[in-house]
Amino acid sequence: MFHRFTALSSPRHFYAIASAWLPWLSVLTALGFAVGLYWGLVVAPPDYQQGEAYRIIYVHVPSAWLSLMVYTVMAGAGLVALVWHVKLAEIAVYECAVLGAWFTALALGTGMLWGKPMWGTWWQWGDARMLSELILLFLYIGVLGLHNAFADSRKGARVAAVLALAGIVNIPIIHYSVEWWNTLHQGATVTRFDKPAAHSSMLWPLLFMGTMFILYFSTVLLARIRVRILEQEADRQWAEEVRRG
Amino acid sequence: MNARQKRRLGLAVAVSVGVAAGVALMLYAFQQNLLYFYSPSQVAAGLVEPQTTFRLGGLVAQGSVQHETGSMEVRFALTDGAHSLPVHYSGLLPDLFREGQGIVTLGRLNEAGVFVAQEVLAKHDENYMPPEVAEALTEAGQAPVGISW
Repeated sequence: MFHRFTALSSPRHFYAIASAWLPWLSVLTALGFAVGLYWGLVVAPPDYQQGEAYRIIYVHVPSAWLSLMVYTVMAGAGLVALVWHVKLAEIAVYECAVLGAWFTALALGTGMLWGKPMWGTWWQWGDARMLSELILLFLYIGVLGLHNAFADSRKGARVAAVLALAGIVNIPIIHYSVEWWNTLHQGATVTRFDKPAAHSSMLWPLLFMGTMFILYFSTVLLARIRVRILEQEADRQWAEEVRRG
Repeated sequence: MNARQKRRLGLAVAVSVGVAAGVALMLYAFQQNLLYFYSPSQVAAGLVEPQTTFRLGGLVAQGSVQHETGSMEVRFALTDGAHSLPVHYSGLLPDLFREGQGIVTLGRLNEAGVFVAQEVLAKHDENYMPPEVAEALTEAGQAPVGISW
């Protein structure tokens, strides 16, 4: 088992496995998004208070979930990169930061679009949920910046991994911000201990979209790592063979 | 795991725990300043300094909304169940403003103890349901608005 795990961490093996999986994952993601968006934007009923405007949750909520999940994956990869100096983990930290920053920006952007008509404001600086999510975006950008700030790219990867690890403290703060402080942002609808506070006809498409976002993240992460491996191993014999086809 | 890897693991854990402890202490120290709004009960308990501008949050009391004809002036009471405060506001109200709705207002208390608001924001709760379900709940005597606020 452990032997298999270490074999996977070799760039060459990872490249082969990623290449075999990618076509299937891509097709599944595309189909899943078509189904999920139709389900959420057309089939699901309107909300009793917000009417049709609530449908933005089918993008906003999954992006916010992923912004937290991707960070956790990135911090895990950061730990592996720091302790075992695994090259693949260093690449994973960087690519997670790129994708995580986009999910965070999407969550913030869609939240602002919804906030203006519903709350009456685009943005409130005093709101703990909004502020901690904005800090998350800065953490992602910080990881990307540190990664590129050193002439020795492997040194940059390790310094970035330290920031990724240290910033993990922000994840529980974002999740619990709506409980610890009075915020304008509403409390959790789905991720709470008692029953979810959304009707099942709205909840199922939301959970489905959440799963599709995870699938999308896995697919794009694999594709990006694959390209980065080929770039970094360009002078190896196997990479040469892949290039020739 | 060899000795060097163990040392690096220890260092990584120490840095993470140290940063987390630092942030936790800082948040604990600033807890009051991180309050986005005060509830009417907190105001009644004297937690707000007099003559300061602050945010007040609560539910719009049932039957308390009075629009003045021919102007944008509106008067209502803001309640958290235990205490309530009269609010006076002049301006545009958000779409979700209605009796029983959670709102957050920015303003200050005048000498008469009325909260004069400069800004009114609607706070949406975390409940989502189709209109038919909300109707059924209302008929059963369970108001769907502001259930778990």
